[in-house]
Amino acid sequence: MADKELDQGKRRFLVAATSVAGGLAGAATAVPFVASMLPSERAKAAGAPVEADIGNLAPGEMTRVEWRGKPVWVVRRTPEMLETVKENDGKVADPRSERNKELTPEYARNEFRSIKPEYLVVVGICTHLGCSPVDKLKAQPEAFASDWKGGFYCPCHGSLFDLAGRVYKNKPAPDNLAVPPHSYLSDSRILIGVDQKGA
Amino acid sequence: MSLWRDHLAEYYAPKNFNFWYYFGSLAMFVLVLQIVTGIFLTMHYKPDAAQAFVSVEYIMRDVPGGWLIRYLHSTGASAFFIVVYLHMFRGLLYGSYRKPRELVWIIGMLIYLCLMAEAFFGYLLPWGQMSYWGAQVIVNLFDAIPWVGPTLAIWIRGDYVVADATLNRFFSFHVIAIPLLLLGLVVAHIMALHEVGSNNPDGVEIKKVTDPKTGHPVDGIPFHPYYTVKDTLGVVAFLIVFTVILFFMPEFGGYFLEYNNFIPADPLKTPSHIAPVWYFTPYYSILRAVTEDFMIYLALGVAAYAALIGWTVGNLRMRAATAVVGAALIFFMKGPEGIALDPKVWGVALMGVGTSIFFLLPWLDRSPVKSIRYKGPITKAALALFVTAFIVLGYLGTLSVTEGRTLTAQVFTFIYFAFFLLMPWYTRADKTRPEPERVTG
Repeated sequence: MADKELDQGKRRFLVAATSVAGGLAGAATAVPFVASMLPSERAKAAGAPVEADIGNLAPGEMTRVEWRGKPVWVVRRTPEMLETVKENDGKVADPRSERNKELTPEYARNEFRSIKPEYLVVVGICTHLGCSPVDKLKAQPEAFASDWKGGFYCPCHGSLFDLAGRVYKNKPAPDNLAVPPHSYLSDSRILIGVDQKGA
Repeated sequence: MSLWRDHLAEYYAPKNFNFWYYFGSLAMFVLVLQIVTGIFLTMHYKPDAAQAFVSVEYIMRDVPGGWLIRYLHSTGASAFFIVVYLHMFRGLLYGSYRKPRELVWIIGMLIYLCLMAEAFFGYLLPWGQMSYWGAQVIVNLFDAIPWVGPTLAIWIRGDYVVADATLNRFFSFHVIAIPLLLLGLVVAHIMALHEVGSNNPDGVEIKKVTDPKTGHPVDGIPFHPYYTVKDTLGVVAFLIVFTVILFFMPEFGGYFLEYNNFIPADPLKTPSHIAPVWYFTPYYSILRAVTEDFMIYLALGVAAYAALIGWTVGNLRMRAATAVVGAALIFFMKGPEGIALDPKVWGVALMGVGTSIFFLLPWLDRSPVKSIRYKGPITKAALALFVTAFIVLGYLGTLSVTEGRTLTAQVFTFIYFAFFLLMPWYTRADKTRPEPERVTG
């Protein structure tokens, strides 16, 4: 063996082949570990739709419902509130919810972002970094805006949303609050998580 | 025995170490404190969304001496960052990052990043309101990354929202994965340091002048017993301050333990004022400073910087690269709709760059001298401005946003980055004094 000439080309090939095979095996071994960190079957199954009774909601009030671990807000808007939404078109970044269509289902892609103008149903999670904004429904001077018309204020990074969940211009949040898929079972009951049919 | 000789009894350290040189050994002391208290907390803590908050209160009320161990650990976390920030500031003062200590600095920066990860993972464990919403915000930072972001955020959380799965894995990271990394990096940090030898307040190499008989540096003294004794004094002084805080103000006015974290996590309601723990607030301020209005200034800043490089650097290839990178950045900042990335993405990017730009210091500093003692007025002013920016941004990060505060944060964000990015120019232009041949005592 010792007196045989070293075949450098063969050695290089073997080293490279072994490294590639070893690297592939290493990467393949990592797959189950990486995959184990994805949502489990149980976590995936927890996304069932929820029903909410909105019959008792007084005009100008809101209620919170938990859906997929997230807060969903239902606001019953008064005619005055709807009026401020109309006035706000120029002040919000995306009045018609056209920027990111996934966030607003077809049937809610209108000025009031709802199926029925009276009821606003949105996911109460800021599109910036996921805090839940605070409801500041009354039109009154606030520390963050002296001419506040009513809406939602995110305490984390100061994003402001109007009473249709539309984000104001020049705020950290890029998009309007998401409207979850929802449908009316009757006038006073909604189902969150299932799309409105034929709307 | 060779370990003892190489790193303690016969490791020759410069004889002129001053106050700023306590913080390295103090950081090691706090690391041990955190590991020991952590082991005992793990005996009682339950990493389960339904039980975590209660188990922490159980430690505080029912476990004998549990409150002490918990407060040692929570106060220790803040102490760790105070010590590490002062240790890093020492590096800035005396140019400890300069050649031949680049590797020491890089490993140190990796330790700093690991420490931030460790603190972040640990902060979720008490499962209070701040734990929950802090984790929600930070994990959502990854969501901002174009294309892969949303999947990545879900993978990190293990659920669609921060939930039990998230808590359980953060526990795993906090008690085993990151501590293992940290320990390894600390060993590497010290080995890298002892390979080249310590810097000192004069920034001159003590290895240049050695005793011909022994071969040891004339200005060096053995680490043991000289510095082991000195550092023990440092530990005693540290413990006096530390125990006063520990026993009399463990929450430190809401800065070390935030009041909202004494309320159990509620996924439906964000506290009305949320802020990260103080050691993250400078970066948090930078994140918040990037608004739609700010983008134009950011793009202008990039253009000005590219022009500066183009104007002062003769190298053609460098000029071309600068033009391409600059144009691409501006394109993605202020380009046509649909191509320009959200301010949110840039906020996250700036925050990331803000934490890791320290890595580049060894190559940004072009001054002929290392130590601040011999540097000129521009460098001194720049360092003072940078420290001011860091503190102001840190303070603003603890407050809620108003228009005035956002504007202030934007100005100081510019100063923060200018300190690093303009360093190659101002350190070269500055008038320095000649370094002495040997340390000055």
